[in-house]
Amino acid sequence: MAETTAPEPTRRDFLYIATGGVAAVGAALTAWPFIDQMNPSSAVLALSSIEADISSIQVGQQVVFNWRGHPLFVRRRSPQEIATSKAVPLSDLIDPIARNANLPDNAPATDANREIKPEWIVVVGVCTHLGCTPTVSTPQVPQGEYGGWLCHCHGSQYDVAGRVRHGPAPQNLAVPPYSFVSPTKIKVG
Amino acid sequence: MKALTLAFAALIATSVAASAEDFSQPLPPKDVHWSFEGPFGTYDRAALQRGFQVYKEVCSACHSLNRVAFHDLIGGEGGDGFFTEPQAKAIAAGYKVPADPDEKGDTTDDKGQPLMRAAILADHFPAPFANENAARASNGGALPPDLSLIVKAREGGPQYVYSIVTGDGSPVPHGFKVIDGKYYDPYFAGRNISMPPPLRKDSVTFSDGTPATVDQEAHDVVTFLSWASEPKLEERHRLGFGVMLFMLLLSGLLFLSYRKVWSDAH
Amino acid sequence: MSGPSTYVPKSGFGRWMDSRLPLMRFAHDTIITYPTPKNLNFWYAFGAILTFMLGIQILTGIVLAMHYVANAGLAFDSVEGIMRNINYGWLIRYMHANGASFFFIAVYIHMFRGLYYGSYKSPREVIWILGVILYLLMVATAFFGYVLPWGQMSFWGATVITNFFSALDQIVPHLGSAIATWLWGGFAVGDATLNRFFSLHFLLPFVIAGVVALHIWALHVPGNNNPLGIDTKGPQDMLPFHPYYTVKDSFYVALFALVYLAFVFYAPNFFGNPDNYTPANPVVTPPDIVPEWYLLPYYAMLRSVPQKLIGVLVMAGSLLTLVFIPWLDTSKVRSTRFRPMMKQFFWLFVIDCAILGYCGSQSADATLNLGSFELPLVWVARICTLYYFGFFWVVMPLLGIIEKPKPLPANISQPVLSPAE
Repeated sequence: MAETTAPEPTRRDFLYIATGGVAAVGAALTAWPFIDQMNPSSAVLALSSIEADISSIQVGQQVVFNWRGHPLFVRRRSPQEIATSKAVPLSDLIDPIARNANLPDNAPATDANREIKPEWIVVVGVCTHLGCTPTVSTPQVPQGEYGGWLCHCHGSQYDVAGRVRHGPAPQNLAVPPYSFVSPTKIKVG
Repeated sequence: MKALTLAFAALIATSVAASAEDFSQPLPPKDVHWSFEGPFGTYDRAALQRGFQVYKEVCSACHSLNRVAFHDLIGGEGGDGFFTEPQAKAIAAGYKVPADPDEKGDTTDDKGQPLMRAAILADHFPAPFANENAARASNGGALPPDLSLIVKAREGGPQYVYSIVTGDGSPVPHGFKVIDGKYYDPYFAGRNISMPPPLRKDSVTFSDGTPATVDQEAHDVVTFLSWASEPKLEERHRLGFGVMLFMLLLSGLLFLSYRKVWSDAH
Repeated sequence: MSGPSTYVPKSGFGRWMDSRLPLMRFAHDTIITYPTPKNLNFWYAFGAILTFMLGIQILTGIVLAMHYVANAGLAFDSVEGIMRNINYGWLIRYMHANGASFFFIAVYIHMFRGLYYGSYKSPREVIWILGVILYLLMVATAFFGYVLPWGQMSFWGATVITNFFSALDQIVPHLGSAIATWLWGGFAVGDATLNRFFSLHFLLPFVIAGVVALHIWALHVPGNNNPLGIDTKGPQDMLPFHPYYTVKDSFYVALFALVYLAFVFYAPNFFGNPDNYTPANPVVTPPDIVPEWYLLPYYAMLRSVPQKLIGVLVMAGSLLTLVFIPWLDTSKVRSTRFRPMMKQFFWLFVIDCAILGYCGSQSADATLNLGSFELPLVWVARICTLYYFGFFWVVMPLLGIIEKPKPLPANISQPVLSPAE
């Protein structure tokens, strides 16, 4: 059975290209809201920054805040802890990079580069190995050999500046972007 | 057959409601104009700020605004609000919201009062009453509705809310009996409303110096409440304009393509 | 009708796939070379429009489901969260809500087209019945979907509709109540009901997609009907679907989308009910419970019968009637273009449906002011319901016997002296 042959366009007509192009652009523009809707909503972003009151934290004590869904460790160090930490040579460190969001990416992990004020250590409480929450070491209940934190999942140990001293964690605990809005209040994020 | 059909349709089209004063029906809402009406409408920023002031100083005593968060007040880049971030933060800080339990797990202080903290941007506007029962107990058994969606939740939208708010306390017409404890509002179904007339001349003092007539206060608070119900209106109108232009272009191109493809049919 | 496939794979990979899973051949045969009558008009574009709208609803629905919470205590808040916080959430929600309305606008036009041109007649009865099934699936999907925001109308609409089943108690004692309790998962519409409605609302669109495939397959067996209602005689009456109908349908889809988007952006709550912006309250009944506009004619029919069970049966009967149309219409002529008597009754039927819709939108005790007296709308609804059933069960069978149709054209290709109607 013979079929009615459609006229084969012997050359691509500009009109068809233009129409197809406009339709394709439209499809791409339409796709954007459907992709963007999965990005953090304004309610989530409103909590992307917190102001933490640190006035009640005693020397040698840690308080855990919730920042962006992660635990945030705020630890008040004793003068001995500060001195010990400052005495650690960089060569002893597993991870020589500061991992401090307030500093350039390649800043070395000196104790000074892990804080704004030496008395206060603010780190994200997520073990850099596989994401567990490390346990803080206290004089009464020491955790690990470095007086900082011990991650019970796979045995990573951190010192009082949050730097990894025993693996399998590859990196120091992250220092988030933060600042002191007053001596007793820090703004994180 | 066709004539009969048309006659029937005409009959329906010409039916009108009874025109004598029928107290069982509320008056239709007043016809007021809004900056945000029509496809190119936007919210008047100054009206929003004044309207917010009216809500804060008058309405919030009884009416919650649960769905609006303080960060929603922020305007500018990506925001739908009408204050700067520092202003919104300051507004938030002026409110108290329930605090998290303290280290002992208490949610009340020594005197049994709930522990409170200053609100932050992420918080929503706190309600004036702890729950529905408390709200009813303070308002003679009536429940002042939350206002976050009031403009979309009522037939007539902003016209209706404006009419209710300005019509409350109108002179009672001869022959109408106002129920004890209620007020006369000809725009409200049943014409007896539990809310006392909310607005008076100079109920608030506008910081921009605009005279605070009842009409101005009503107009501004309804603008604010419209924003609260539909904060995305301006973004919707903006995006819509581009989309309409695009669709006209695409339809035009498709029409020309259609004609061209079919020019050799038959 | 279409003959053997003429697809020739153009590449090595094409040949390899063709001998294993002939997707390209299938696409080639069904939407590229598929022979289509060359005289299809605007009213024939609504199949493509419906497919487009189904795609929109599924896409927007899946995205909404990423943020919606199907729990009675959280549902309303989650929808407001979508409107206020989720990036472009307001757009996706308004597209979905208005998409439902425009889906129904398109399906009603599509159905009226089928009635007008006799597309339900032999050999297309199964296409028509599949279409009725699709329509019922759409109604069910829309009903479940409207409950999800958990507003006042969501809750009370669900209560009213599910209470229909308790009318069955009059036939078999306790049966109706047992069914209603089973549907609710409790003693009234509540959280259990909401959760299962969400599950079903998510499921049914994919069932619809499957039945659409059957509907189009059934269509491709005899091929499309056309406005003249006469059989096509050969290739001279046909055009390949691509590019003729791909471009024509695309144009009409774009026009339809333009109107649809105009509502989404500039009147997004036009088809909705303000009461649904009030959270559901089981203790407070809204003064007027109304379903969405596309269900109003059935609502009017239901309320026109004072007895509950009969009302439910009348409503069910109005839908079931549609299945029998291919056999109720006795005329040998398909297209109403050549049936002068049927044309009058058809347009009266369209107006009848519109009036029923209007009656459904008004309160149960509404009246029409005729100057000297007030005519209760329920009587208008009764007359219109009688006409609805009369049109299918009396007019359709009778007209085939008593009507004198106009002479049919010999074929589609012959130039006709007065082609336009």
